[in-house]
Amino acid sequence: MFQEIPPGLCFALSGVLFTIGAIGAITRKNVIVIFMCIELMLNAANLAFIASGNALSSMDGAVFVFFVMTVAAVEAAVGLAIFVMIFRLHGTVNADDASLLKG
Amino acid sequence: MDIISFKGVIFIVAALVAIASSVLMATRRNPIHIALWMIVVFFAVAVIYLLLNAQFIAVAQVMVYAGAIMMLILFVIMLVQVEKGEEAGGARGETPRLSKMRVAGALITVILFVEMLFGALFYRMTGRGGDYTADAVNAVGNVKTMGSLLYGRYLFPFEIASILLLVGIVGAVVIAKRKK
Repeated sequence: MFQEIPPGLCFALSGVLFTIGAIGAITRKNVIVIFMCIELMLNAANLAFIASGNALSSMDGAVFVFFVMTVAAVEAAVGLAIFVMIFRLHGTVNADDASLLKG
Repeated sequence: MDIISFKGVIFIVAALVAIASSVLMATRRNPIHIALWMIVVFFAVAVIYLLLNAQFIAVAQVMVYAGAIMMLILFVIMLVQVEKGEEAGGARGETPRLSKMRVAGALITVILFVEMLFGALFYRMTGRGGDYTADAVNAVGNVKTMGSLLYGRYLFPFEIASILLLVGIVGAVVIAKRKK
């Protein structure tokens, strides 16, 4: 039969995706690109949840990923509304220019 | 185990596709291209979910992430991005794209990555296995098992999640509404 994927490899892949997402979120300026990189980091965390749930033959990992997806959807809706507001206010979506809350 | 089984080959291909397109995602300039590469990453990760016996989550990944969220992001990019598709800093062009702080942050993240890799590859997973082995779940059906868990043991978090979605809908409408 088909053999199982070792969970260590899945965790390593999850770490790689998380790191790429984090580096993207740190180095980019466009807030929408930063937002997409954060979505990538969430996805990497989901992958680790699924891998450990599969390795421990438990369903809780999948349930957690379901809730993380719910939160990501809400975050996308509210975050994109905020981006549209920032764009109306400043005429740009550069994260360095969004200093409205700075004293 | 030897990795060269059917599942192993599929895993390696999907992992390489995911890593390559996420690298492209973090380096491209045009936000539309970034969004499209992100959809490729989501599909590759959905394939890995299928290999890990999480069929429901794989389908939800394609529908929610690659379908709904990315469509929303693409629409907002088209709404917002008027500066010739370049990264917004390009139009002003004064500040250098990579400042020292950003490079330092990226280096610290790479150190964190090495730690994560060390943990992932050398950690032996302890802990007792649960009741939901792959065969037991597939005998009932993955979606049915998920459904009975969501409406059984996890009913309260499920209701909280629905309230969260409602709050999200109302919040998005209120924030994005044009002030009279």
